[in-house]
Amino acid sequence: MSDGLRTQIGQLARRSVLRTLRQPAQIVPALIFPLFLLAVNSGGLKGATNLPGFPTDSYLTFALAVPFMQGALFSVMNAGTDLARDIETGFLNRLALTPLRGAALLSGLLAGAVVLGLLQAVTYLLVGLTAGAELAAGAAGGVVLIVLSVTVTVAFGTIGLFAALRTGSGEAVQSLFPVFFVFLFLSSMALPLELLQTQWFHDIASANPVSYLLQAFRSLLIEGWDLGELALGFGIAAAILAVGMLAASRALKTRLVRT
Amino acid sequence: MAAESGEHAGIEVEGLVRVFKNGPRAVDGIDLRVAPGEIYGFLGPNGAGKSTTVLMLTTLLPPTEGTARVAGFDIVQEGPKVRSAIGAALQEAALDPLLSGREHMRLQTALHGIPKPEREQRGDELLARVGLSQAADRKVGGYSGGMKRRLDLALALAHRPRILFLDEPTTGLDIQSRTALWEEVAQLAGDGVTVFLTTQYLEEADALANRVGIIDRGRIVAEGTPAALKAEIGRPTVEAIPHEATDHERMREVLGRFGELAGGPPRGAAVRLAGGEAQLAEVVRALDAEGIAIEHLQLHAPSLDDVFLTKTGRSLEGAEAAEEEAEEEAAAEAVGRA
Repeated sequence: MSDGLRTQIGQLARRSVLRTLRQPAQIVPALIFPLFLLAVNSGGLKGATNLPGFPTDSYLTFALAVPFMQGALFSVMNAGTDLARDIETGFLNRLALTPLRGAALLSGLLAGAVVLGLLQAVTYLLVGLTAGAELAAGAAGGVVLIVLSVTVTVAFGTIGLFAALRTGSGEAVQSLFPVFFVFLFLSSMALPLELLQTQWFHDIASANPVSYLLQAFRSLLIEGWDLGELALGFGIAAAILAVGMLAASRALKTRLVRT
Repeated sequence: MAAESGEHAGIEVEGLVRVFKNGPRAVDGIDLRVAPGEIYGFLGPNGAGKSTTVLMLTTLLPPTEGTARVAGFDIVQEGPKVRSAIGAALQEAALDPLLSGREHMRLQTALHGIPKPEREQRGDELLARVGLSQAADRKVGGYSGGMKRRLDLALALAHRPRILFLDEPTTGLDIQSRTALWEEVAQLAGDGVTVFLTTQYLEEADALANRVGIIDRGRIVAEGTPAALKAEIGRPTVEAIPHEATDHERMREVLGRFGELAGGPPRGAAVRLAGGEAQLAEVVRALDAEGIAIEHLQLHAPSLDDVFLTKTGRSLEGAEAAEEEAEEEAAAEAVGRA
């Protein structure tokens, strides 16, 4: 990587992080809302642990995987909305008049998602453990869980960037949020895949990549070290990241029609 | 940093056209030349094609037809070289409300590849130049409109460009901020920077520009120094308001005897005197002879608005409302060009 590119990424990353930290309205809901749902679900669905084959006797531990996914969904909205605002205000045009490279812009913008993802992951894990959840993989597993969470957050952030570049509208990006929540609900969010009795729901959840991301988180929380589940989780996150970056790069080329 | 000099350090435009999808020809074949060190005022109502022209000349929008060279570089074939030679403050100061003025300068200087040890010094120097040193560490969201425009100008100058594009830099500013910005622009031109300035304010073009191009519906309808353009029209205008509203039509009829009627003040009328200033006394005598009591009477020297009126048949102010819709359509397409 050339010095110039490194400088560009560094400066845009700095801006992205500053923007994230200076917008409590972005951070607070992304921290509070998933924890609130965790509290409600782990209380209300406690009885599910009595089902034969349920992998743990702590529904809190089972449900703790969900906030990591919900947090990632917030990154779609936050990263995308920030970029859409840059398009709407003309700030992207200002950047386009500099020798800025597209790769630097996208990487820099995702730096905010990394920081938010890190804040979210550490908070969810600490609150979960304090509330009594287990972490079967131990402290090292906690680190891997945080790394996985940040990877998933950044991967989903690229989808936000793509949406922003395609539509140029903050409202359009925000309208994606419920769509992604449907993906979350049509997954193994509430029960393990093998316990989903309704066939159509089981089929959809089995085809839904979110289910496997949840399983990767749960493997660390409930089982310990399951390299297969982890590889699948990291693989899916990496695939989303790659596809999202490719799509965002193409959309950026179309958006930045500078000669 | 600024690119190496091209063979012509100014701006040369030939037959530039921009057509938006399902829209009007926002720019319809313009030709112009701006000499190095000149302030060129691009005057026209909203929607006339000023901003579209600036977007093309700054390489942010490809032209549909025609050619243009900026700082000696072709805007289509040599976009990066053009960008390194120009600075631009586009319409609506595009700033990040969550960053401070100093943080903006740091970002801009870094993205332009200014070496790290020089960045802070350059940023401080420019912030001082536009009078923002005291506010440098405040978030831009709390700046006034004038402060934002001045920061925008400072950012455009970060890499010492030889050509500066200012797209309606004083729109919405109070007279104090406007005057301060005019002084700064004049100072820049004094330093040898070529300035391409779009404006819808007649007095701005008159006060600042060495030469003015008047654009209407995508075409340049007049070009020259403000003095030459006004001299070309050569006819002063008399505007009058009758004391009694019922005399309005009769007053128009009397004024009409002395030349072409023009858009007058509210409740009044105006006439462009075919025989020049000497006719003023005759106008007063004629109104008196008809027994029309006058509340207000004023003689105006020819203005750029008169030039616009003569060339287009409409006054600059009147043209704005009519072309607002066209501009919104074009802007919407430019924003959604993905």
